[in-house]
Amino acid sequence: MISFEPDDEQKMLKETLENFSTNVIRKAAHDCEEKGEVPADLVKKGWELGLIMSNIPETCGGAGMKRSAVTGAIAVEALAWGDFSIAINILSPSLVAYPILESGTEEQKQKYLPQFCSENFKPATVALVEPRMFFDASQLSTKAVREGDEYILNGDKCLVPLADKADLLLVFAATSPGIGQAGVDGFIIAKDDVYGIEIKEKEKNMGIKGLETFEVSFSDCHIPLASKLGGDEKGGTFTRFLNRSRVALAAAAAGMGRSAWEYALNYAKERVAFGEPIASRQAIAFMLAEMAIEVDAMRLLAWEAAWKIDRGEDCGKESYLAKKYSQDMVLMIADRSVQILGGHGYIREHPVEMYLRNARGFSTFEGLLMV
Amino acid sequence: MIDFELSAGTKMTKKLIHSFVESSFRSVSREFDEKEHTDPAELISSVHQLMKGGGMTGMASSAGSDETDAKKGSKPKKPKEANLQGVILAEELFWGDAGLALAMPGPGLGGAAVLSTGTAEQKERIMKRFSEDKPAYGAMAITEPGCGSDTSAITTTATLDNKTNEWILNGEKIFVSMGKRATEIYDGFVVVWATLDRKAGRAGIKPFIVEKGTPGMKVTKLEHKMGIRASDTAAMVFEDCRIPHNNILGSAEVAVDKGKTEGFKGVMKTFDATRPFVAAMAIGVARAAYDMVREILDKEGVRIRYGAPVDQLTVLERDVLEMEVSLKAARLLLWRAAGMLDKGERNNLEASMAKAKAGMVGTKVTQKAVEILGPLGYSRKILLEKFMRDAKINDIFEGTGQIQLLVIARNILGYTRKELK
Repeated sequence: MISFEPDDEQKMLKETLENFSTNVIRKAAHDCEEKGEVPADLVKKGWELGLIMSNIPETCGGAGMKRSAVTGAIAVEALAWGDFSIAINILSPSLVAYPILESGTEEQKQKYLPQFCSENFKPATVALVEPRMFFDASQLSTKAVREGDEYILNGDKCLVPLADKADLLLVFAATSPGIGQAGVDGFIIAKDDVYGIEIKEKEKNMGIKGLETFEVSFSDCHIPLASKLGGDEKGGTFTRFLNRSRVALAAAAAGMGRSAWEYALNYAKERVAFGEPIASRQAIAFMLAEMAIEVDAMRLLAWEAAWKIDRGEDCGKESYLAKKYSQDMVLMIADRSVQILGGHGYIREHPVEMYLRNARGFSTFEGLLMV
Repeated sequence: MIDFELSAGTKMTKKLIHSFVESSFRSVSREFDEKEHTDPAELISSVHQLMKGGGMTGMASSAGSDETDAKKGSKPKKPKEANLQGVILAEELFWGDAGLALAMPGPGLGGAAVLSTGTAEQKERIMKRFSEDKPAYGAMAITEPGCGSDTSAITTTATLDNKTNEWILNGEKIFVSMGKRATEIYDGFVVVWATLDRKAGRAGIKPFIVEKGTPGMKVTKLEHKMGIRASDTAAMVFEDCRIPHNNILGSAEVAVDKGKTEGFKGVMKTFDATRPFVAAMAIGVARAAYDMVREILDKEGVRIRYGAPVDQLTVLERDVLEMEVSLKAARLLLWRAAGMLDKGERNNLEASMAKAKAGMVGTKVTQKAVEILGPLGYSRKILLEKFMRDAKINDIFEGTGQIQLLVIARNILGYTRKELK
C-alpha cells in the first residue's frame, strides 16, 4: 500500500545524519571549499558513523544489516544537505564496497569487504567519467581487452574522487564495445599492484571544489581475470552500478536543493527592503514556493527508483528519469537561491553561489555516489 | 514504511475503470465536446446504474471526507486509503474524458462541502440520495461575478426570517459546475456560500444547502467554454430564495463571532479535500495526451532512448522524457497529499503543492503534445487538441496555480494573510 513515510529506523538515521550535517559538515564546508580538501579528522568522524560497514555481512566483518536503497537515498540526502563535496568524500568507500557487495564474486567479497570494516577510513574510488565532449557512460572509450588470463586496460578517466589517496579503484571499461551498458565491465584494482596507472594533477573544476578529484590514465595495465567485478557475469554489473548511482545523485540533488532553498527562505525573511522582508513580496515568495515543490518532487522520484531496486525490479528508466529531473531542478533551485540573495548571493561568504556551481555539475556527474 | 505499491483492490478497480472509459467515454468524446450543453443522458444513466452507492460516483465523496463514518445505517466503513484510491481512480476517469467525467453523477463538490462541514444529521439526510435509483448531483456555488479566488468578498447574503425561521438567500453566483444538472435536470442540490454579515468579512461566510426546485433559485445561463464542454457551468441567481433553517451546514449558530472564521475555514477545508482530486484530473488528462503522443510516435517508428546523456538527446526525446517525468513527479506529490488525508493528517501544504504542480504540468504536457504532432495534433480529427483545451481548466478552478503558490508560500514562510498578500 502506498506510503511515503519512512520507518522508525530510517527516521532515526535521518535525524542522526542531519545532526551530523549541521554540527560537523556545515561548519567545515566553507573552508573545505576554499582550501580544496576535506580534513582527515572530519572524514574520520564521518567514517565513524559506520554507514558502510553496517551494510557489509558479518562473514566479511561488517554488521550485516539489511541493505536498502531507499534507506541509502535518505542517508545520501541528509549528508548532501550538509555539503555535497564532503558527503561524497565520506561516502567514497561505498563506490567500491557496494558494487562488490552487490555484484562481486564470493572470492571478491572475502578479499575486499573486510578492508571496509576497520576503524580507519578506507579511501576507495570509481573511475567512470571520461574527459571529452559527448561522454556517454554506456559508450566508454576506455577499453579492456582480454588477453589470456588478463585484461589489458587502456584509456583516460576524469572526475575520479580521491584518486591519490585511494588504494582501491573500481574502473569501468568497455569489454564489448558498441553494445552499450551490457558491454561495460568493472575492474577492481589495487593501485599499487598494477603498472601503468597515472594519477594526474588534481582537477580544477567549477564546483565540488571541496572534493579532490583527478584525471587518471591507464596505459597497458595488466589486470588479472579475477579482478573483473562479478567474475563471469555478463553485463548486469555495470547497469546495477549506474542505476544505483543515479538514484544516489538524484537523492543528493534533493539534499542540495533543500539546503539552497532553506538558505534563501531564511534570508528572504530577514532581508528587509522597502520596509518589509522581501519574502512578503510574491515575486520572492512564489519562487520559494516553486522551489519547495521541486525539492519534494526530486526526493519522491529518487525514492521510487530506490524502492524498485529494493524489490529487485529493473529501475533503469526510473533512475534515469529521476536523475535527469533532479539535475534540471537542483539547478533551477540553486539559481533562484542566488537570485533571491541578489548581490549577496554572488559573494562567497554565503553558500548559495557554491550550490549553483555544484548544481550545474549534475548533468556531468555519473557514478559519484552510491545507494 | 516507504512503499509505492498500489493495493490489489485499487489496481483492480483502476483497471476496470480504465477499460470502461476507454470504450464508453472515448467513443463519444468528440460528440459531446462539439454538442456543448447536450446532456449525455444515456451514458449518465448507465454509469449511475453501474456505480451507484460507491465506486466511481463515490469518489468525490471520499475525496471530501477526512473522517471515518462509523454511524449505523450509513454506508459501509471506508477503506483506509479512500482518498488515495479516489485520486488514483480519478486519474483513470479523466484519462478517459475530462468533460464527461465531470458530467457524471455524484456528490461532486457540493458533496465534498457537506462532508467537510456538515453535521452527522445533515450528511445522512443530504448524501443518501447518491445511493438511490436515480442519478443525482451535488454542486457548489462560491464564485460571483465580482469575486473569484477572494472568497471573503462574497456578496450573496443570507438573512434569517425570524417569523418562519427560514434563511433567505439573495445574490448571483457564476461558474457553478453541474449547476443545471443538480438543480434542473436531475435530482440534486447546490451548496451556496453566502454571508450572514458582510462587515464580519470571512467570519460571516457560511455554506447553505439549496435543494433542487427551491423557489427563488434559477439557472440564468450556461457558459460556453474552451474545454470540458460536456460539463455544465452555470450562472445562477438567488432571489428571496427561502430554505429551511437546518440547511445551514455545520453549526446553526446565527451569531457571528468575529474572532472566529469557522465558515471560511469550511471553504478551505473543502478545498483541502478537493484539491488533490483536481490534481488527479490534471494528471489524467495530461497522461491521455502523453499516451496518445507515445502511441503515434511508436507507430511512426520513433524511438525514445532512456539512458542517453542529455547532451545527446534529440529535442523530441527531451520533450517526451520531460513530459513523462514531470507527470510522474506530479503524481507522486498527489499521492502524498491524498495519503495524508487518509491518515487524518493536515495536508494543506501538500495538497496545494500537488495542485500547483499538477495544474502546471497538465497544461505544459498537453500543449507540448499538440506541438509535437504538428498539424495532426492541431486537427480535430484526433482528441489531442481537446485534451489540451480540457487540461487548462485544472490550473484555474479550485484555486488557480497562483493561489496555490500563495498558500504554499504562506505555509513555508509561516506568514499570515497579512504578511504575504
